[in-house]
Amino acid sequence: MKIAKVKELLEAELLCSGEDLENEVFSACGCDMMSDVLAYVKNQAVLLTGLVNPQVVKTAEMMDMRCIVFVRNKRPTPEMMELAEDSGIVMLATSFTLFEACGRLYINGLRGEAE
Amino acid sequence: MDEALNFHYDVDGENFTSAGNASVQVKRKLRQLGFPPELIKRVSIAMYEGEINMVIHANGGKADVLVTPEVITIVLADEGPGIADVALAMREGYSTAPDNVRSLGFGAGMGLPNMKRYTDSMDIQTKVGVGTTITMTVRVS
Repeated sequence: MKIAKVKELLEAELLCSGEDLENEVFSACGCDMMSDVLAYVKNQAVLLTGLVNPQVVKTAEMMDMRCIVFVRNKRPTPEMMELAEDSGIVMLATSFTLFEACGRLYINGLRGEAE
Repeated sequence: MDEALNFHYDVDGENFTSAGNASVQVKRKLRQLGFPPELIKRVSIAMYEGEINMVIHANGGKADVLVTPEVITIVLADEGPGIADVALAMREGYSTAPDNVRSLGFGAGMGLPNMKRYTDSMDIQTKVGVGTTITMTVRVS
């Protein structure tokens, strides 16, 4: 699924685009616990979360993730925006809840496990 | 690269916001040096978990990363409270992190087990009331 499609399905606002929105992503995870992302996630390219602090961007960078979606209209801080730009990570904001946002991506073909 | 490279960072324990900055910098340096992405990921996750631990539990510390063509060694040293029971601390899900840390997305009790999982060796030297030094290695080939 193209990152642009993720944006469309989640009716999301583009906050920063460190990467080409035409690039494909194959898997995603939804999580507020960065400890669990670091421990259990394997090769997921999209992180959906309701947590807002710089550790979200750093965790995504450590895991080689390419896109962060903030749910429930949460907004990253300017520091997080700068970090994401430097790391080449796309950040989106959606008004959907974590459950709803994950569901929309899942029924359109995005899965939890990388191919 | 032919020569060994040594990177040193002071990890600020006062500010949770800046935690992980050293790991971000190491990741970018390893990318510039041309190491394989999977290896870089293992080194940076292990170091990031360790760095977060130092900020949560030990009011910061020092991080040293030695890079040679054969092996990458990460040494994290703090003068924090020490770990009373290392075997217990290594158990997945066991955490002594305060609740405010959990609200920041950490403290699930996965840090130390995860550091061991992503590295080829991990040694913990610790003394209660004195501090902890963790040495991790990741082989390049």
